[in-house]
Amino acid sequence: MAKYITKRVLRSLITMFIIITVLFALLRLMPVEGYFENYDKMNATQVQVKLTALGLTDPLPKQLLNFYKQLLHGDLGESNVYRKGVAITQIITEKIPISLKLGLVSLALSLALGLPLGIIMARSTRTRFKIGDRLGTVFIVLIQAMPSAVYHILIQFAGSQTYIGKEILGLPMLFDAANLKSYILPVISLSIGNIAYYAMWLRRYMVDEANKDYIRLARAKGVPNGAISRKHIFRNAFVPLVQYIPNSILFTLMGSLYVESLYSVPGMGGLLVTAIKRQDNTLVQALVLIYAVISILGLLLGDILMGIVDPRISFAKKEGAR
Amino acid sequence: MIHINPTENKVILSIQNLNVKFTLRGQVLSAIRGVSLDVHQGESIAIVGESGSGKSVFVKCAMGLLDANGYIESGSILYNGMDLATFKTDRDWLKIRGHEIAMVFQDPMTSLNPLKTIGQQIREAVELHQGLHGEAAYNAVLEVLTDVGISEPKRRYKQYPHEFSGGMRQRVVIAIALACRPKILICDEPTTALDVTIQAQILELIKAMQKKYNLTTIYITHDLGVVANVADRIAVMYAGDIVEIGTCDEVFYDPKHPYTWALLSSLPQLGVKNEPLYSIQGTPPNLFQEIKGDAFAPRNPKALTIDYLQRPPFFEITPTHKARTWLLDPRAPKVEPPEHVRALREKGVNRNG
Repeated sequence: MAKYITKRVLRSLITMFIIITVLFALLRLMPVEGYFENYDKMNATQVQVKLTALGLTDPLPKQLLNFYKQLLHGDLGESNVYRKGVAITQIITEKIPISLKLGLVSLALSLALGLPLGIIMARSTRTRFKIGDRLGTVFIVLIQAMPSAVYHILIQFAGSQTYIGKEILGLPMLFDAANLKSYILPVISLSIGNIAYYAMWLRRYMVDEANKDYIRLARAKGVPNGAISRKHIFRNAFVPLVQYIPNSILFTLMGSLYVESLYSVPGMGGLLVTAIKRQDNTLVQALVLIYAVISILGLLLGDILMGIVDPRISFAKKEGAR
Repeated sequence: MIHINPTENKVILSIQNLNVKFTLRGQVLSAIRGVSLDVHQGESIAIVGESGSGKSVFVKCAMGLLDANGYIESGSILYNGMDLATFKTDRDWLKIRGHEIAMVFQDPMTSLNPLKTIGQQIREAVELHQGLHGEAAYNAVLEVLTDVGISEPKRRYKQYPHEFSGGMRQRVVIAIALACRPKILICDEPTTALDVTIQAQILELIKAMQKKYNLTTIYITHDLGVVANVADRIAVMYAGDIVEIGTCDEVFYDPKHPYTWALLSSLPQLGVKNEPLYSIQGTPPNLFQEIKGDAFAPRNPKALTIDYLQRPPFFEITPTHKARTWLLDPRAPKVEPPEHVRALREKGVNRNG
């Protein structure tokens, strides 16, 4: 196991090295305007002086080396345009907690509602009228088929503009970090798609597992239905989903572009788009880097988690099984 | 082989006039057509027949394991004063499954939960049916593992199914069945998915376990070699009906039903070198349609006219040997069994004489 993890970590490090290098190279191709707040008003000498000060006139290998040194110190550079002179680490440490809080709550809610819904649907496929399965399918199809923008707006409207939402529950339309009630609608918006997603896949995997031979054997040896669902079907059906859990958790760091702008949440959601629009080269570089790291880490953790849950995934070289 | 006279022991499972139907795409299929069978305490009975003859469905009825679209239309399955055919809920069946009747399935590669250690899987049965917990349950698992011939049970307890070979997995499946402490063990093609070299071992194991745990065993198979090895009695099934039943010797050496003749003639072991192997012409009847007369008649070149008109009753040849064919009617013309079967009969005479 340790050997497998070491191997996987090393491979991830190599992938990251390649991504960082490519990213670095691509950003050197960007116009240099992205390093200045008021490029138009500067003359050539001023530009040159600034570029030299930033180390951008050095030979490329040296720049790359410096970039790595900087990264190893946990320094992502300073924003040039978005918030001039402010360290990027500071910008994101202000924004990440907001996105993370919303994201984790909504992820917990999605799992807490999505998984039971999936289980209920799967179990209901064995009943006569399959009511649970049919109702669940209606919900899933509705959510999957509707563009998310539509239900986000519906949730916002129903939650904050209708009589029940506004007068009785008193839910505000926009996000306000100090008001806990204002978390409710964004969390619902963030969760609803995931609830449908988890329910859909869990149902599907559970139905698959329920038709396998080992379930027949469990039934034949007299295990009650409830215990079969819990002890045999659920765990086996959950294995393929487990892989995506670390990724889902990590990506809550980055927020959601649409939900955050709809409720004006000052989170990470729109930051990358803003940075690109305003040509803040260093900020773009830092954010893309974070995305890459998160994806790689998520995959790595997902693989390891799956290996822990499923003994068939062998970590080391095959032992002589007899 | 020890010969048990099956009729001496009391009947443990009595199936009477069982009719099982399936609804499939709006059509009704008759999988079992009025089958009766008495299983006696301590015997080992084999149900043989080709694929689709209904042998698996037949025994699944006794455990409530029919697929959702199958149902018992009429008939009774009497066990221990209960009529299992009237059982509706899973709660009813929990009294039977494992506890009274346990089953060994065909494919050991897929019969075990891949995410649980084999120890846990056997233990589940021990806890459910022997009422043991903790250390006692653990020891019971080790004991049954040793029983089925798995060495180093302590180490094996912690291993997962993928760390076992096919034959070893089938031993584990048998261990699970035994851990339930059933009265009846149903083996649904227990060796079909196994290597030829392993098949004999598994059959020997089941035989030994039958003796040790005083089990009644029902084998389902299409392999007559298996049958000859293990069975006291044989029931030959065709198109959802038992057409001939008798002791092993009676069915092998003195078969009466044309289908049994055909089945035995197609045994590769009986073929003559350089001659093409015998095979039964035609295909089994369509069970979506009602079957008139003898189901085997269309494939039987020597079928009588009445075979197409009226279903034959059971004719008793000896107290243990019955066959459902008009050939046994006193009015029927004398039809000689095919050559292979005659050869077998001579062998039988020599053997017994």
